[in-house]
Amino acid sequence: MPHPYIPNSASEVRAEMLRIIGAKSIDDLYTTVPKELRYTERLPMEEGIPEEGRLRRHVTSILNKNTPASEMLSFLGAGCYQHEVPAVCDEINRRGEFVTSYAGDTYGDHGRLQALWEFQDLMAELVELDVVTTPNYDWSTAAAMALRSSVMLTGRKRVLVPAALLLDRRLVFADYLSHDVQLDEIPFNEETGLLDLDALRAALADDVAAVYIEYPNALGVVDHQAPEVVELAHEHGALAVVGADPTGLGLLAAPGSFGADFAVGDVQPLGMHMSYGGGLSGYLAFHNDPAVIESCPAFIFAKTETLEPGQNGFGYLNFDRTHYVKRGEGSQNGGTTTALWAITAAAYLGLLGPQGLRELGEGLMQRSRYTAERLGEIPGVTGPRFSGPILKEFVITYDNHEVAAVDDALRARGIFGGKDLSVDFPTLGRASLWAVTEVHTKDDIDRLVEVLTEVLA
Amino acid sequence: MTAQFQQARWNEPLLSDIGTPGERGFIPSAPEAEIVARVPDTLSGIPASFQRAEPPRLPEVAQPQLMRHFMRLSQETMGNDVAVDFGLGTCTMKYSPKVNEHLVRLPEVSGLHPLQHVDTVQGILEILWRLEQMLCAISGLDRFTLQPPSGSAAVYTNASIVRAYHRSRGEGEQRNEIISSIFSHPCDQSGPYSAGYKIVQLYPGPNGYPEVDALKAALSDRTAGIVITNPEDTGIYNPHIKEFTRLVHEAGGLCVYDQANANGMMGIARAKEAGFDLCHFNMHKTFSSPHNGMGPAMGASGVREDLVRFLPAPVVEKRGDRFELDWNRPDSIGKIRSFVGNAQIAVRSYSWILALGPDGIREVAETAVLNANYLAALLREVPGMSQPFPTSNTPLEQFRWSLEGFKEETGVGSSDLSRNLSDYGLQPVFTSHHPYLVPEPITPEPAESFSKDDLDTFGNAFLDIARRAQADPDDVINGPYNNACRRIDAAALDDPDRWVPSSRAERTRNRTPVKGD
Amino acid sequence: MIGLVVNPVAGLGGSVGLKGTDGLVEQARALGAVPHAHERAALALRQLPPDLPIACAGGDMGETSMLLAGREPTLVVGAAIDGTQSTAADTCAAVAALAAAGVELILFAGGDGTARDVCSTVGDTIVALGIPAGVKIQSATFAQSPRAAGELAAAWYVGRRRERVAEVVDLDDSGMAHGRVGPRLYGALRVPLGPGLVAGTKSPSNDEDQATVSGIADRVAERTQGTTLLLGCGTTLAAVGAALGLQTSLLGVDLVRNGAVVVHDGSEAELLAALTDDGADIVVTPIGGQGFVLGRGNQQLSPAVLRRAGIGRLTVVATPAKLAALGGRPLLVDTGDEATDSELRGWHKLVTGYDEETIYRVE
Repeated sequence: MPHPYIPNSASEVRAEMLRIIGAKSIDDLYTTVPKELRYTERLPMEEGIPEEGRLRRHVTSILNKNTPASEMLSFLGAGCYQHEVPAVCDEINRRGEFVTSYAGDTYGDHGRLQALWEFQDLMAELVELDVVTTPNYDWSTAAAMALRSSVMLTGRKRVLVPAALLLDRRLVFADYLSHDVQLDEIPFNEETGLLDLDALRAALADDVAAVYIEYPNALGVVDHQAPEVVELAHEHGALAVVGADPTGLGLLAAPGSFGADFAVGDVQPLGMHMSYGGGLSGYLAFHNDPAVIESCPAFIFAKTETLEPGQNGFGYLNFDRTHYVKRGEGSQNGGTTTALWAITAAAYLGLLGPQGLRELGEGLMQRSRYTAERLGEIPGVTGPRFSGPILKEFVITYDNHEVAAVDDALRARGIFGGKDLSVDFPTLGRASLWAVTEVHTKDDIDRLVEVLTEVLA
Repeated sequence: MTAQFQQARWNEPLLSDIGTPGERGFIPSAPEAEIVARVPDTLSGIPASFQRAEPPRLPEVAQPQLMRHFMRLSQETMGNDVAVDFGLGTCTMKYSPKVNEHLVRLPEVSGLHPLQHVDTVQGILEILWRLEQMLCAISGLDRFTLQPPSGSAAVYTNASIVRAYHRSRGEGEQRNEIISSIFSHPCDQSGPYSAGYKIVQLYPGPNGYPEVDALKAALSDRTAGIVITNPEDTGIYNPHIKEFTRLVHEAGGLCVYDQANANGMMGIARAKEAGFDLCHFNMHKTFSSPHNGMGPAMGASGVREDLVRFLPAPVVEKRGDRFELDWNRPDSIGKIRSFVGNAQIAVRSYSWILALGPDGIREVAETAVLNANYLAALLREVPGMSQPFPTSNTPLEQFRWSLEGFKEETGVGSSDLSRNLSDYGLQPVFTSHHPYLVPEPITPEPAESFSKDDLDTFGNAFLDIARRAQADPDDVINGPYNNACRRIDAAALDDPDRWVPSSRAERTRNRTPVKGD
Repeated sequence: MIGLVVNPVAGLGGSVGLKGTDGLVEQARALGAVPHAHERAALALRQLPPDLPIACAGGDMGETSMLLAGREPTLVVGAAIDGTQSTAADTCAAVAALAAAGVELILFAGGDGTARDVCSTVGDTIVALGIPAGVKIQSATFAQSPRAAGELAAAWYVGRRRERVAEVVDLDDSGMAHGRVGPRLYGALRVPLGPGLVAGTKSPSNDEDQATVSGIADRVAERTQGTTLLLGCGTTLAAVGAALGLQTSLLGVDLVRNGAVVVHDGSEAELLAALTDDGADIVVTPIGGQGFVLGRGNQQLSPAVLRRAGIGRLTVVATPAKLAALGGRPLLVDTGDEATDSELRGWHKLVTGYDEETIYRVE
């Protein structure tokens, strides 16, 4: 039976095509593959389900074993967040024209290129740096790329990163950099959660390629010392890579405003569903400096003129520097990253505008501060654990209970508690990281307080 | 000219230029009064110097105008859903079934947080596990990781595993060379290079693929392994591949198979039988997940049994009926990206493979090769078209031919011809990766989704453009005409004084030198 | 101001099956050749902005093309030359006059011979760019097409004005005498650094990548630190010299020892005299499109010199673009001594980047 996904499977058409080719059979077309390499058995895999209805029921029945955080009361964050997703964002990123496009060019894909350029354009305004690339896979890989560029630009082989770093990010850095770059961690202040500036001063020397700092950090703390960190790095001829969650940038100083050489972060909160981590998309920004652009092979689109006066056209900015041209001399790897999320983030930033982004940030700060204080009032809870300012995440610790046990008990009552930090940060004891966003109502928070009180009692 | 297609041309203004100050497109839910009352000062604890001085210069636009803007941009985009898009050789553009788009938008996929307790994500873990089993069957290898978010990342992952393997044997320092071939995808060199390797390139011999003797000259006790595509980007299959892997193994290296594009090979021949230790597949090429305009995507890296311990953490394990994430992997290379990867891509690919089953998967490969050979028969008629190697006449799923003769005759090159396909509602045909070993190249790849009519349409359009170029070269050089924009000033894309990556860059040009050395 | 000089007889030989036009103008005409260099130059001129000032040589050496393109020259240098009478000396005189008139870029329409004339007159003191119109185009100083030449010149003129060094290669006329015809490097011009010259944007330019050249140079410099070094001709090897902090010759063979150039542009005898029992590393690169690495344009590296240095110590370097231009043909050696040649034949590990080598056949 012809398969719905495969035209040309009717035997008459196949015969006609083979006749024009001048071959007797399909097998004739594979003569270049030696017989001894040919796989003659049937592939040992699940039997096919060509009927769409049956297929949908089968896959859905498996997926129904999931309990989505979005349908529960969830306080998980740590790099992937449940924010409100405007319907317009979903509508745009389900358009088949965008979804099924790829590397079409200046002419056929004019609209896609303009949308991606608009992402660069709006993100540049947000982070106050002139060049934003098409986004990387996620915050961690974008930061790793910026650090690798710093190593290339300075010719130095040591980078300083905060100890207050997500474990995932630490592991990504290790894989991308540690084969030829020394990664040294700068501790955080046990009380404030901010970077220990004295330790940074002690570690900085003229062999440091870059210092990495982020706000908020892995403990949820908005490290407002970032401008001083940038200045210290520059004093030693090192570059400064600054990570910033874009949902805070309606209120907080932009990385470019205090001299960051690179800004990185994740645009997943700007209109992307979590999708088990599949919504991540790392932005990367820097100065409009040819040397820096050369060091970083991520695609950048440029706006230009066309034969028709007043018309915009778009194309790859200096395509020759990418690994598609440089191959073995390609300093870094790029590839298919997360363009669809860039288009979505552009729409999100356009929808919210400066006022919406400010209100979003304010609401996040108010809710998270409120929740942290309310939880801190529960007997058996110490929180917020750090005195530094927060945006949407904070750490609490339990006096007597193991985090995993508390999480189990909460889950049984329909709540996904904060991320257990006892693996990432064993020295913090029974600590967990909680994320509160605009999806949470006061009723949600009251319910959490009530249930957690009960669990800890 | 017989062009009949006219793309939407909205001359849509830039997003930053639409709207009016004060307009809003979306209002995020505000916190309740009690919350505001308790935390009135939102910026408490943030020093004034760290507060944003000027609001970001973002658009202020109401929802209808913004929605319309993006819909118009979508109409100016030729995705595979609306255009015959098989020009892009090496990219395996194919139909992405709509049912899978519906599945990934279910909250049971889109609403999952990656740190949820495994008890609450048994469904998605099961999908990841089932897809892995399928990939094991198609490759003959033992385990896969679905963490790499692209094909390039998968090659990089495999290079990292090669690095970890040699380190574990105390040969990490000594074995610092990876062999590849110039007709393999560029990421087969840039990936290992990013992982710290020197690259040793092989050039094609008279039959279009590298010669065994060249490989022998490349091998030494510094060889860490080979990373190679087969069939290469030319669609030419190296029949000595088994000898290649044997020689590399003999020299102490590992063999990595780039199967990003396996569209002509599924069910026909496998990595295992050819002697490979590692391979990777692109879920967004061969396995139908849409390319999403350039991601998100997924590259699945597979290894043989004794390399499993090096896979990035976590891996999905099945214990009885239960699925778990194994993070305890002391020999692992670490992580390639955050969390487990782009899980929604796995759902699409699992569903696609399942819709086909073992027979359908093989039929996909056979149809792709049939289509490529049929298109080759049509394009053979283009005057001045030539086949760079004798083997170019029997391609597998794609082919790289040359229009050097045509260029000499008319002054119109392959990229000019290609660009004009847009006027016929077709995506341009890919020329070649760099460097152009085949002069004036084209590399079409008509996957199984395209009908004989589609192929005829493409072939006729190509012949028509060639005829036009012969009659009046300028007609084609100045094209395309029917797209969303006219021919661009391409020089401005490469000139640091003129390129425009953002409006901000235009405002601040030359004011921001980089700090540091 | 841009300067234009046209070699009116360029390409004449090719249209009637000759291998060039230099010295063969009469023969070509007798065979019925019609000049087309004017049209090709005019095609390039049409790509220039209308307000861009252009100085040109007189008569058929420039004015005619301006007329064809409908452009008014800002300045005409030299007397009107009749195309049928034009010689290499006229080209040189016109180039010198344009330089004296203060042009910032010289567009010259012709072939390798014309490039040689431009090079011998102004060297790298003025930026120049070839409009391909001749029979032989081996030099890297030409744009891919007349149209591309115009676009590139215009982009350079209004833009940042980045340049690259491009080799001028022509058939070795001294070699003709003893029957070993081959390409020879005659010098280098400074040409505009090319953006993608085709209107598509995924098509990279096939320009020699400067970063790759310096990568190759750095690698060879590192590898040969502390050894005696015989450095062949060409811009890539001049870059190796520069990476070693030395000013080496572009056209000749140098011997480097202890961080100094011991023999500059040496003859076979001078090189032999300077070599010791320790031998030397020999570094060469293909010159021109035929792929010769030894025996054409660098005959100083004679069998005797190669043996004294150590035949096994030959390193060939090449940019990937140069290898690609060979179209799969092998590299060639023809030292005049079959025994030496046969030792050199076989697979070589070429240095093709800082961290990249390429296995390639030498025949």
